[in-house]
Amino acid sequence: MAVLPILTYPDPRLQRVAEPVIDFGQNFQTLVDDLLATLRVSAHGVGMAATQVGVLQRLVIVDVSSKANIKHHGLQVLVNPEILDWQGFASGREGCLSVPDYIGTVIRAKKIQLKAQDRHGQWREYAMEGYEARAVQHEIDHLDGKLFLDRLVSKKRDLMLRQFI
Amino acid sequence: MKHWYMLTLVGKDQPNIVAHTTRLLYQAGCRLGEANMNRLGGSFTVMLMVEKTLPKTALKALLQPVVERFNLSLHVVVIEGDLHQHQIPNICVRVHGADRAGIVAQVTSALAQKGFNILELCSDVGGSQEQPFYILQIEGVATAPLEELQQALADLRDVQVEISAIDACIM
Repeated sequence: MAVLPILTYPDPRLQRVAEPVIDFGQNFQTLVDDLLATLRVSAHGVGMAATQVGVLQRLVIVDVSSKANIKHHGLQVLVNPEILDWQGFASGREGCLSVPDYIGTVIRAKKIQLKAQDRHGQWREYAMEGYEARAVQHEIDHLDGKLFLDRLVSKKRDLMLRQFI
Repeated sequence: MKHWYMLTLVGKDQPNIVAHTTRLLYQAGCRLGEANMNRLGGSFTVMLMVEKTLPKTALKALLQPVVERFNLSLHVVVIEGDLHQHQIPNICVRVHGADRAGIVAQVTSALAQKGFNILELCSDVGGSQEQPFYILQIEGVATAPLEELQQALADLRDVQVEISAIDACIM
């Protein structure tokens, strides 16, 4: 397993759209292991997309189990993930290993229904919420060439909305 | 460490203040740092970091056309840049209620006694002239536990106070 260098903004490769994974062979398994190793050594990271290490394949890993008192599915390798449905919206703070020294407020769906293949190509469905749902939405954005910087909202506007919604 | 100016401009809100100000600075070769610009009431306020490449008097002279055109107050001080050293707030305090004098003083004094360091504060006055309400949001770094901060603000019974941990999701 190798720890891969993480691309940082404004590297243009972060804004490219990733291709679906078709081949789940040895090269792909090595990529999954390398991505896991890279996430493990990253400070406070709870997820990573292959795009962040310069590989344009639709692969993300998420593991929010380090957060106390939240629902989660543990470490998940999500290949070709698709959000089937979402409910509610909540603002929250996000940072990104590819955008150092910056944290911003982003609105995401509170709950999502997700379909994804595992590292061996088996399709699975997930119901995710809260922190885990936020992490998955953030990572899927990477696969579509989007950063949380593209979704920032004004904190002041968020403050006003909280009073009226 | 690089030194910068902190430039503040205040005046009656009108279009083009930002464009004119930043164009003058750009044309003079100035580099900008972090900025916060807001309409507060009927005024527009600019707080802007400008890299210290000109003497202070030259910077003020450079901005004189925009000061005169928009009738602005200009203030310039030398600061240390400290860019790329963002502090991450871990606590958010939201307060809202019928507007009255003293809300900000009471909230911030109580927090200060607990060693709370304010990184950002913004407030708004909503409602109507007859029934104004005040909304205050503070983010900062607390070393005291959340429960201790809640206790410190428990005496503020005429306003709603919500204190929550800010849990930034790093992905």
